[in-house]
Amino acid sequence: MTTYTSSELMIINSARLLRDGDSVFVGVGLPNLACNLARRTHAPNLLMIYEAGVIGARPARLPLSIGDPTLVTGAASVCSMYDIFTLYLQRGNVDVGFLGGAQIDRYGNINATAIGSYDHPKVRLPGSGGSQEIAAWANRCYIMTPHQKRRFPEKVDFVTSAGFLDGKGRRSGPQAVVTDLGILSPDETGELVLTALHPGATVEQARANTGWQLKIAEHLDFTEPPSAEELRILRTELDPTGIYLHR
Amino acid sequence: MSKLVSLNEAISRHVRDGDCLYCAGFTHLIPFAAGHEIIRQRRRDLTLARATPDLLYDQMVAAGCARKLIFSYMGNPGVGSLRIVRSEIESGRLEWEEYSHFSMISRLQAGAAGLPFIPMNQTGATDLERANPNFRRVVDPYSGCEVIVVPPLKPDVGIIHVQRADASGNAQIWGIIGEQKEVAFASERVIITAEEIVDEEVIRSDPNRTLIPGFIVDAVVHVPYCAHPSYTQGYYDRDNAFYMEWDKISAAGPEAVKAYLDEWVYGVKDREEYRQKLGPQVLSRLQVKPRLAAPVNYGEY
Repeated sequence: MTTYTSSELMIINSARLLRDGDSVFVGVGLPNLACNLARRTHAPNLLMIYEAGVIGARPARLPLSIGDPTLVTGAASVCSMYDIFTLYLQRGNVDVGFLGGAQIDRYGNINATAIGSYDHPKVRLPGSGGSQEIAAWANRCYIMTPHQKRRFPEKVDFVTSAGFLDGKGRRSGPQAVVTDLGILSPDETGELVLTALHPGATVEQARANTGWQLKIAEHLDFTEPPSAEELRILRTELDPTGIYLHR
Repeated sequence: MSKLVSLNEAISRHVRDGDCLYCAGFTHLIPFAAGHEIIRQRRRDLTLARATPDLLYDQMVAAGCARKLIFSYMGNPGVGSLRIVRSEIESGRLEWEEYSHFSMISRLQAGAAGLPFIPMNQTGATDLERANPNFRRVVDPYSGCEVIVVPPLKPDVGIIHVQRADASGNAQIWGIIGEQKEVAFASERVIITAEEIVDEEVIRSDPNRTLIPGFIVDAVVHVPYCAHPSYTQGYYDRDNAFYMEWDKISAAGPEAVKAYLDEWVYGVKDREEYRQKLGPQVLSRLQVKPRLAAPVNYGEY
C-alpha cells in the first residue's frame, strides 16, 4: 500500500479541484505545489498568476518566496502590484484563488491577522497581504489547512477575508476547504459541512477536530487515494528535497 | 545633470529624523544597503512604510530607527514570522497602521497620481476598516453604491533599487516591478540605487524599460549588490538561506540581533565592504546564469 503525508493528501486533492484553462492566483508553499501538479497532470493549460505581478509563470524550480525570480524567467507577462490587483483580480479575470489562515470558522471566514484582540493581540499574525481581495474577487476560492480544532473555531477573532460572514444572506465564500481528513463545503446557508473524507479518515475524527457541531453532508463522498503518478510528480519533480512535503 | 553621489551622502542629505520612508520592492530589489546606511547614520522616529516590511524593516526596527510601521503583510516571506516587528507590536512599543496589499498599493497609486483619495470595490471583510480610520466609505455618484476609499500615501523619501540607471537618474527595472514606479512618483524625495550606472545612450536605446524618469529623482547612487539578501533579477539570486538564518538570529533574542548588526551593519563601512565580507562562497552560490531577451527593433526615424 502506498503511503503519503497529510501535506501530500491536501496538495493532491486541491490540485484535483482545478480545471484545465483556469486562471489561478497562486500562493507559495502548498498552493504552488497543487497548481504545478495540476498543470503537469489534468490541467496543462492552467494559467498561473502570482501576487507579485507575474502572469503565466512556468517556474523551473520550486519558488521559495512569493516573488522568487524563477517565476519571472519564461513567464508570459509581468506587471505592477496595482495592475495585478485591479486589472486581474478586481476586474474578475481570476478564476481561482487559494487561501490559508490561522483560523477558519463555521461560515468560511478567515483570520490571518490576530489572535485575541486586534489592539492588544495575544498573537500577532502576518495580516492580509493579498488574501482579503483574493477571497472577495476570485471566482472560486479554495482553502488548504490541516484539520485541527484550534484552526476551526466557531467564530474567528478577526475577519481578514470574508467567507459567508454570519451565513445570513451573503452570497459568496470559499467553495471548498481541503484538510488532511477530508473536504468541507458550504451548504445553502454558507455553513461548512463535511462533504468528503479521505481514505482512512472517519467522521468522528473530523467532528473531534472541528470547533463547531460539524454537520455531515447527506451524500458523503470518499476521495480517491493519491495515485502513484501524482506522488511521483510531487516528490521527484516539484519538491525533490522535501521543503514543503516534509518527507 | 549628474546626480551621482555616495550612499552616505544621499542618506545624510535626504533622510531626516521623523521622515516617512518607503524602501520599495516586492521581494525583488529591496534596497538593504540603503537601510543599513540609515541604521549607521542613526536616524530616529522614522515611519517605515512597505507593503511587506521584510527583514530590512525588522533590522531597522531592531536598531531603533522606527516610531511607526505602515504595512500590509508582516511576515518573513517563505519562512514565517517577522519576529522583531511582531514582538514590538505585541508589546505595544511600535505604532502600526495596517492595510491589505491592495489598499496599501492603492494609497501609493493615489499619491503618485496626485489624487485626493482612491476608490476600491467592497470585499465584505470589514474588520480592518473598523481598525484603521483611514478606510472610509463614499457613495459612488453613478451607481449609488458605497465604495471603500483610502487617502494618498506620500512618503517624504522613497528609495528604489534598480538594475541600471544613468547619472541623471533615468532608471530601468525588469523582473518583478512591484510598487517601484508608484513609490517614486508618490515620494517628495527620491533616491535611486543602481547595480550599474550606464551611459545615457544605453537608457535611450530601450526607453520602454525606463520605469522612473530622471527628472523626479534627487540622488543616484552606484551600489552593486545593494539588494542582498533580496535579489536583483539577472544579477544575483535571493539568499533564501539568509532569510532562514535571520529567523534563527531574531528568535535567539536581542543579543544575537545586536551581534548581527554590530558585525554586518555597524562593523562595515559600506556595501562594498559588506560584499567582500560575504565572501566568494556566498557570491558564487547566488550567481545566476544569463538568459537574454530577444532584442527589439525601435527603428530609425
